Amino acid sequence: MTAALRGKAAVVGVAESDLGEVGSGRYPLDLAAQAAAAALAEAGLTTRDVDGLFSAVAGRLMPTLDVGEYLGIRPRYTDSTMIGGSAFVSHLHHAAIALEAGACDVALIVYGSTPRADSGRARLGGGAPELPNYESAFHPRSPVSGYALAAARHMYEFGTTAEHLAEVAVAARQWARLNPKAFVRDPLTVADVMASRVISSPLRTLDCCLVTDGGGAVVVTRADRARDLPKAPVYLLGAGEAHDHKMISQMPSLTTTCAVDSAGRAFAMAGVTPADVDVVELYDAFTINPVLFLEDMGFCAKGEGGPFVSGGRIAPGGELPVNTNGGGLSYCHPGMFGIFTIIEAVRQIRGECGERQQPDVNIAVAHGNGGQLSSQVTAVLGSPATV
Amino acid sequence: MIQSSEGAVRFPVDSVPADTAPTRTYAERLAEGILAYQRCAACESAVFYPRVICPVCGSTDLAWNSSAGLGTVYSVTAVSRRDDVPYTVCLVDLDEGFRMMSTVVGVPADQVRIGQRVRGWVDTTGDEPRPVFGLEEAQ
Repeated sequence: MTAALRGKAAVVGVAESDLGEVGSGRYPLDLAAQAAAAALAEAGLTTRDVDGLFSAVAGRLMPTLDVGEYLGIRPRYTDSTMIGGSAFVSHLHHAAIALEAGACDVALIVYGSTPRADSGRARLGGGAPELPNYESAFHPRSPVSGYALAAARHMYEFGTTAEHLAEVAVAARQWARLNPKAFVRDPLTVADVMASRVISSPLRTLDCCLVTDGGGAVVVTRADRARDLPKAPVYLLGAGEAHDHKMISQMPSLTTTCAVDSAGRAFAMAGVTPADVDVVELYDAFTINPVLFLEDMGFCAKGEGGPFVSGGRIAPGGELPVNTNGGGLSYCHPGMFGIFTIIEAVRQIRGECGERQQPDVNIAVAHGNGGQLSSQVTAVLGSPATV
Repeated sequence: MIQSSEGAVRFPVDSVPADTAPTRTYAERLAEGILAYQRCAACESAVFYPRVICPVCGSTDLAWNSSAGLGTVYSVTAVSRRDDVPYTVCLVDLDEGFRMMSTVVGVPADQVRIGQRVRGWVDTTGDEPRPVFGLEEAQ
């Protein structure tokens, strides 16, 4: 049944909002709406055409109600699945299912967040806990300590080094230097990363993603309709989801994420293997993430991620282009990054990426991560030549 | 579930879960200096954090046990906050077969390493009692 989804839905519009530091007078929904307007314009559609609405926001309960109200969209299919930063890749999967079932005709996935602008504003209050937290008494620095524990264990089991992790940050920066929208574009070396302050060992400040403002939007429709719209359709060839814990202390193995499952499902649906993939856009909240995900998705063997990301292999000019926009480490990271993996994958397939454009991109992977390596969602996207 | 003659809802005795408030039971044991965990009667898995259902097999037949507090560091991170001495956040694999987050105290944070044997106790000096660990060879 799942293979029946292959190529049935296509992304027909993508956009970011303004990114970086957007100013204190602007709110997350302003950015979400800005991105939505641009993505719909690119698709030759308007908010009137949207009948499927998808969004997720950290700390709020009813994100599609907020964004639906703001945009004046009254969807007949609505999905506020919130599984952390991977939520938007999950939404892409859900949109394809809903479109194929006829539950909606035009799906809008939308996100906005303003952590930098928020720093001078009153915070929204938290709700009652679902259960006492069995970690908070030990004061992990959330979320970095969870990733640090995984990195430490990966080093212990496989000999991965801090320099290997630094290579991930350096590659991301090299890509960011080719992306005019990237938040940080200064040169960066392994030595620079190694000289940055340790905040939760073995992770240093430059092993951590940025904190920026920003939003994004993705428009998805059925393949038959997509062919009549302005942009070349980018087809969803496969998608897979998985989650296996929330708290890091409940993760079955710190060195294997359930990206094994999500990517396995996505590749099976798409009928492709990692060897067929031209670019990989994945959620690099911390430098250990690409190491784990490239292993778990099958781009290299378990334990070999450290050497694999080194020597420029995932940087511009390397064998496997990873995070061609500069990633959460150097391009933007407004709280959750998943939607930007889709946007960049689509643009690489369309050939719209300017200096950082890779030649002949037909198959791109967008991979989202949520929580503390908790939820993993993989999408395989393809050019018209792949369907 | 059955209705009693007074109309109150009651459960038949043989289907009453062993503990419907495991969080409270855990906290009560901890206040007594005991690190409590559960073991599933059906699949024998050690269960932590406390629950009303086994996350391995789905059985609700969970029995309480007291941990001896001996374990091995599965992973560790030293958290450095500005103007503060680094402290450890670790995951400990207890010998009884469960894993928990804790901290290893009594030695500098950078001396705690994966694979070290640790022994735990309940620290009652803070706001809430919490299980903490020390290096076994240091004790």
